Amino acid sequence: MKGILGRKVGMTQVFNEDGTVVPVTVIEAGPCVVLQKKELSTDGYEAIQIGFGDKKPSRTTKAEQGHAGKAQTAAKRYVREFRGVELPIYEVGQQLKADVFLEGDLVDVIGVSKGKGYAGPIKRHHQHTGPMAHGSKYHRGTGSLGSIDGNRVFKGQTMAGRLGGQRATVQNLQIVRVDADRNLLLVKGAVPGPRNSFVTVRSAIKGQQGR
Amino acid sequence: MNNLLQSVVEQQLRSDIPDFRPGDTVRVHVKVREGQRERIQVFEGIVIRRRGGGISETYTVRKISYGVGVERTFPVHSPKIDKIEVMRKGKVRRAKLYYLRGLSGKAARIKEIR
Repeated sequence: MKGILGRKVGMTQVFNEDGTVVPVTVIEAGPCVVLQKKELSTDGYEAIQIGFGDKKPSRTTKAEQGHAGKAQTAAKRYVREFRGVELPIYEVGQQLKADVFLEGDLVDVIGVSKGKGYAGPIKRHHQHTGPMAHGSKYHRGTGSLGSIDGNRVFKGQTMAGRLGGQRATVQNLQIVRVDADRNLLLVKGAVPGPRNSFVTVRSAIKGQQGR
Repeated sequence: MNNLLQSVVEQQLRSDIPDFRPGDTVRVHVKVREGQRERIQVFEGIVIRRRGGGISETYTVRKISYGVGVERTFPVHSPKIDKIEVMRKGKVRRAKLYYLRGLSGKAARIKEIR
């Protein structure tokens, strides 16, 4: 398991050697700092805690400053833990850069999806629309909420409501290119969230490595 | 566009693309891979469309091959294109020359800019 934090820069496309076009998301991954090592003896589990992006000093608490101070850095805006890492190779205060990943690696990218506000069931739950014309009175509504026999609506009924703005994971995205100088990762396909939002990139949990 | 994104795009842009517009007749030299060998195939025709910007810009070339209209769309900055030659500058009053699809023979001619 490897992981890094970053910022979604935006989408573009790149050409393969054979001329095929690959859609990519550019992620500015790093520099990240290892803030803490969680150990079995002290914390009950093993993980590294890393941070990305400096916080304005006026917006930090003393606790945050002290915590980051142990790693000789400023307080970070985006802090996450990674479990299942090889703990001995990390040091507190160590810098992580985009080159922890190699070209061809499969990764999972976690972010907060774009908020869509109050959305209907068609957009939110991929229900089908009714006919818009020919005397139809059933257009984009929820439809039946179930049997009348229950005398209630069962939990989990798909209805309209808030959509997006939630943690979302996209699995098994391939790393197309790594730019170590500028800390850029080019990941094949789309990634959750708006531009400039923070994302977590970790080795794919399911996919075959180095496919 | 964001500066970082811009820099990723700019690395891939080709600077050897000649200036051409819809209505121009061009000769596109395409690299074709056959097993291990690579050879160059020429596709000559009229540019009927140019769309997009930056790295995703493409153009469509139309020619009549054995009486059948053939259109191919190429990315402007594709590494598979060896070179583009502009044979003729055409005088047209549209940006998209889709009307050529309905015309043939003499009617499908385009005046040359001299």
